Amino acid sequence: MMKTAAKIQASLKKRYAAERRFRSYGLVSVAIGLAALLLLFISIIANGYTAFQQTYLKLDVQFDEAIIDPKGTRDPQTLARADYGKLIKKTMRERFPDVKNRRDKRKLYKLVSPGAVFSIQGMVRKDPRLIGTTQTVWVPADDDVDMLIKGYINRDDPESARRLKDKEIAWIDAFAATGSMEKRFNKTFFTAGDSREPELAGIWGAVVGSFYTLLVTLVLSFPVGVAAAVYLQEFAPRNRWTDLIEVNINNLAAVPSIVFGLLGLSVFLNFMALPRSAPLVGGLVLSLMTLPTVIIASRASLQSVPPSIREGALGMGASQMQMVAHHVLPLAMPGMLTGTIIGMSRALGESAPLLMIGMVAFIVNAPEGPLDPSTVLPVQIYLWADTPERAFVERTSAATLVLLGFLVVMNGAAVWLRTRFEQRW
Amino acid sequence: MIRLQYTIPFMLSVAVTATVSAAGRDYISIVGSSTVYPFATVVAEQFGRSSGMKTPKVESTGSGGGMKLFCTGVGVEHPDITNSSRRMKASEFKKCQANGVTGIIEVKIGYDGIVLANSKQSPQVNVSRKDIYLALAKEIPDPSGAERPVPNPHKTWKDVNPSLPANKIEVLGPPPTSGTRDAFVELAMEGGCKTFGWIKAMKKQDKKNYKSVCHTIREDGAFIEVGENDNLIVQKLLANPKALGVFGFSFLDQNADRIQGSLVDNKEPTFENIADGSYPVSRPLYFYVKKAHVGVIPGVKEFLAEFTSDKAWGDEGYLSDKGLIPMPEQERGKFAYDVRALNILSSL
Repeated sequence: MMKTAAKIQASLKKRYAAERRFRSYGLVSVAIGLAALLLLFISIIANGYTAFQQTYLKLDVQFDEAIIDPKGTRDPQTLARADYGKLIKKTMRERFPDVKNRRDKRKLYKLVSPGAVFSIQGMVRKDPRLIGTTQTVWVPADDDVDMLIKGYINRDDPESARRLKDKEIAWIDAFAATGSMEKRFNKTFFTAGDSREPELAGIWGAVVGSFYTLLVTLVLSFPVGVAAAVYLQEFAPRNRWTDLIEVNINNLAAVPSIVFGLLGLSVFLNFMALPRSAPLVGGLVLSLMTLPTVIIASRASLQSVPPSIREGALGMGASQMQMVAHHVLPLAMPGMLTGTIIGMSRALGESAPLLMIGMVAFIVNAPEGPLDPSTVLPVQIYLWADTPERAFVERTSAATLVLLGFLVVMNGAAVWLRTRFEQRW
Repeated sequence: MIRLQYTIPFMLSVAVTATVSAAGRDYISIVGSSTVYPFATVVAEQFGRSSGMKTPKVESTGSGGGMKLFCTGVGVEHPDITNSSRRMKASEFKKCQANGVTGIIEVKIGYDGIVLANSKQSPQVNVSRKDIYLALAKEIPDPSGAERPVPNPHKTWKDVNPSLPANKIEVLGPPPTSGTRDAFVELAMEGGCKTFGWIKAMKKQDKKNYKSVCHTIREDGAFIEVGENDNLIVQKLLANPKALGVFGFSFLDQNADRIQGSLVDNKEPTFENIADGSYPVSRPLYFYVKKAHVGVIPGVKEFLAEFTSDKAWGDEGYLSDKGLIPMPEQERGKFAYDVRALNILSSL
């Protein structure tokens, strides 16, 4: 007796140590995971937060009637076609009267974004009474100026290695010294479509495209997925065929997403002749991809409804369909919705299958429906990551932040649904 | 609790309204090369903003993929324009003809230089095309002088050419699907390969073998494929100052404070050297238009006019700001004339 107790006593320390070690393994794993996540967030935020601000220049633009509308007709056609660039060039020349050389002048004009012309054009079209007056206008600065102000262009580099030369930096400093330059919230980033000028580029077009794509995905994959799950779980007999179907559904859930893109290309585009680059086709492809996820989640959620509920309903004289529709399905619904939302958030982050169906494209106008050409957020990020302009680096990260934001919201909604509505037996 | 019996019909009705199909197309559809993409998009955007018409859709499919789509047929479901970082091949032209795409207008837009660059933390490199070939080809002529190809034995640049530094050969570049890679292989590698008389002679007798000797890049880790993202190559060069990278001139132009282009055959990759043709690794860029779509798809003619205006592709046009090397004025005039007259390619 004593011997055993001594043995246990002796091994106790070792067992405690093993216990502590085992826990610390888990803790270290969690810490590694969190550190990786933190690193990702820190690097994206550090690269991207500056994109939410944009440098603007203050110009006193004289809306010269002789340039905009020499005949004084105020005809909308004339107002649309007028050379508003001249107004800006004139303003810049008057601001820096000692710039005489043609090359220098070109450099001077380039401090202002090409988008300034369109904002002035917009002002005049909205209110033609501005013609003949002088207005103070804040216009976006060129991306190089923006990069200098944000510290991405180093003033100490030799002049030849800088995109902005000494002269240009002197002009920019002159703007800053008179208070005619400031960093403002970058509204354009959230309201504009794609552009090749970083200061005019925005994610709105991609967000709308993602919305339509996900709408199609939801509309197709949710009802089909739920119906398939209900049949397989509640009605189908257990035999070789249903086993085969089940194995295939599980396999489909693991198929690389690019394969669905290839399928979409050959079936939806080549065979069914649906339009290229359309969110409709993107949604079709992504719903093929999310369907297995939805079916598997829905079946699991149906399975967790206790048999007593079914038996109770049947015992009260309900038909099979009534039992499912009135009792089982409502109880399983929160779990199904959670599964669907998780499938949708995966679809939101997907870009590979969309490469195949022409959604990797430069599209400026936000789509007005699921048949208009459009891109989606992850594709926009991919496209920006591959552009030479330095200012797109921060925009790429900022767009990633927005995408992560949407994903967090969707996954948060899934967690909320689960805790709020899920019943436990 | 969620009322299922109402949600399903609602969702289905959304689906039905969403699938009402729209016929026709009121925007230009452009596909093709990822090298021409940055230039075509600038013109598309400019066109969209100034003409009041819809901004053309520009897809980045690669030159070959673009040609395939372009040559599939005539009609609104097929693209109007394809961009290419090389000239259309005779086989592609034939395929186009066979599918009814008979009127093709060819437009050369300018030149693009391919640079070999490294981080500014290291000294600038000066190589010849022969050095590039001897460093990167899978098989090179026997160093002993015998006229037969042997597996590339070179480990460092010094092995290739004693005047080069004793750094390990480490070149980051695009994968074989990329037009940049094609052009690099054709211009730099083949250019160096041809300096060996017996290989040059082989071109006539055994073209296949000639190509495999001149065009095959080594696969033993000296050439590292980084994917079609030139920004990524730039970042890797900064992290590893001893490595060299292969990419388009516009990326060098944008990152001139951090990386430097190597001299090839004693010529620095500058705007001027590429424009006058003295820098050896540069290639022309093209786009192709379907004549049958002019006047059918709104805006094609206006888009062509915008692209071929001096404001866009001229010496001081906005495309040169984006890194496109303009053609000489005479050449521009010729292509602009062909575009205005809608002169089609009769053969290749």
